[in-house]
Amino acid sequence: MKKIINDPNIVVQDMLKGMVAANPATIKQLPDTTVIVRSDAPTINKVGLVSGGGSGHEPAHAGYVGKGMLDAAVAGEVFTSPTPDQVLEAIKAVDGGSGVFLVIKNYTGDVLNFEMAAELAEAEGIKVEHVIVNDDVAVEDSSFTTGRRGIAGTIFVHKIAGAKAEQGATLDEVKSVAEKVVANVRSMGMALTPCTVPAAGKPSFNLKENEMEIGIGIHGESGIERKEISTADEIASELVTKILDDGVHVRGDDVAIMINGLGATPEMELNIVNSKVNEILNEKGIHVYKTFIGEYMTALEMAGCSVTLLKLDDELKTLLNLSSEAPAFRV
Amino acid sequence: MEFRVEDAIHWFTVVNDKIQENKENLTTLDQVIGDSDHGINMARGFQEVVNKLSTQEYEEVADVLNHVAMTLISKVGGASGPLFGTAFLKFSQAVKGINPVDYDSFTKGLEEALQGVKQRGKAKLGEKTMIDVWSPVVDVFQSEKGFEDNLFIEVAREAMENTKHIMATKGRAAYFKEKSIGHIDPGSASTYMIFEALAEVIKGRK
Ligand SMILES: Nc1ncnc2c1ncn2[C@@H]1O[C@H](COP(=O)(O)OP(=O)(O)O)[C@@H](O)[C@H]1O
Ligand SMILES: [Mg+2]
Repeated sequence: MKKIINDPNIVVQDMLKGMVAANPATIKQLPDTTVIVRSDAPTINKVGLVSGGGSGHEPAHAGYVGKGMLDAAVAGEVFTSPTPDQVLEAIKAVDGGSGVFLVIKNYTGDVLNFEMAAELAEAEGIKVEHVIVNDDVAVEDSSFTTGRRGIAGTIFVHKIAGAKAEQGATLDEVKSVAEKVVANVRSMGMALTPCTVPAAGKPSFNLKENEMEIGIGIHGESGIERKEISTADEIASELVTKILDDGVHVRGDDVAIMINGLGATPEMELNIVNSKVNEILNEKGIHVYKTFIGEYMTALEMAGCSVTLLKLDDELKTLLNLSSEAPAFRV
Repeated sequence: MEFRVEDAIHWFTVVNDKIQENKENLTTLDQVIGDSDHGINMARGFQEVVNKLSTQEYEEVADVLNHVAMTLISKVGGASGPLFGTAFLKFSQAVKGINPVDYDSFTKGLEEALQGVKQRGKAKLGEKTMIDVWSPVVDVFQSEKGFEDNLFIEVAREAMENTKHIMATKGRAAYFKEKSIGHIDPGSASTYMIFEALAEVIKGRK
């Protein structure tokens, strides 16, 4: 393992310190926690927005804390969901009297820990609602199993629910717009190389020099297929086709797209992918309203990318365009 | 059977020894059908449990169980933290005020623990989760009249081994679908260690 760290056991604390040092005016860390909140939290009479999850996906989620997006982000150990007591601290810190909304990615660990935190907060008299993001079409959509994972589409939920809350919407209104985003967002990713959790010291899986994995998760979870690496055009088309097969995005729709790097993929390659994604959407008569290219939801130093499509109506367009002061998502 | 505060402390001390010893093994199991953190998560949680056990005074078994539950909930994370945490929390509530805990109350505690895991995780028997060990263990307690350590260990071990043949439909292993077959479920392996420790502690005291 080759990493710029001090000690594998304190990477999360060390990272959070650095993040706060970089944005001292806008964010702070709650003492003795792994919670990053807006420095002016709580905002009175505004619904508080909390997200979080395992670390290793930076800038998710602390990079999305800022006016117009999240009020707090809870960082777990690397690739391990944070515990309920930490989430509870975040909820308490951002409750401005209008309730708190949780954005949870669909992983058993995240769902269980956030649900427990919500129960504890409700016992303390705080109103809490949540949405579960499950945008990864690489997994079968099924209510009998764990179901689809939450990946980069989560950032659109942060942005749009955050803008809605900033406008002074009620907890129910924030929940309903977040659910609208979840219903209209789909993603899929692929990887060229694995990544190494610092405390584990070795990669969690292996890919041969000439191999890639289509549909892989942001923790290296099993994807759809492992095969010989192909061109950017073929990769882009495989990801987009699978997303379009889900039937949410059709001719005549306006969409926002996100071409997300998983940690070790140059922007050059992301742009090459984007070029093909655009071409395909054009052919299909789907109009690209807005494009985001960069690292939004990473998987440590994994090389690879994900493509996300979000179908937009007028409300979602307005909210997507409203200002955000989050360091990792400035509008 | 009379299960006292010292037995409960002893139980979790042995659990911690086993988890620390098998930290790598548990992580390796989780590497195959999960995200390689189960051993790390459990080792972090139970180390903290034991660190605090030696510094506190407990009136009754329920207090030890409550302490274990709260520590696991706040230190383990992942799916297993809330699940084991809920199990011991429900166990604690079921035996509150009963000291020492007799066989029937212990059985009741385990039943409640299993119910708690099922409710929290929305999983049932046969989905390749820790429930596949918890459930047969509770069955043995219910069908016997007193603690039978050999039978008990045998049932728990077999249940753990059996998770190999199951296809995961809950938890992270579910993403591996058919590929999850042929591998032991990590949470079932750590559940087995918890019960193996219990049998050793009760046996050693007989
Ligand atoms: N819904 C569920 N119900 C019961 N047990 C579960 C469930 N989901 C996962 N588990 C158990 O949790 C174990 C995984 O724990 P761990 O690796 O610590 O968490 P994570 O899966 O979040 O990384 C699995 O091996 C399984 O036994
Ligand atoms: Mg795991």
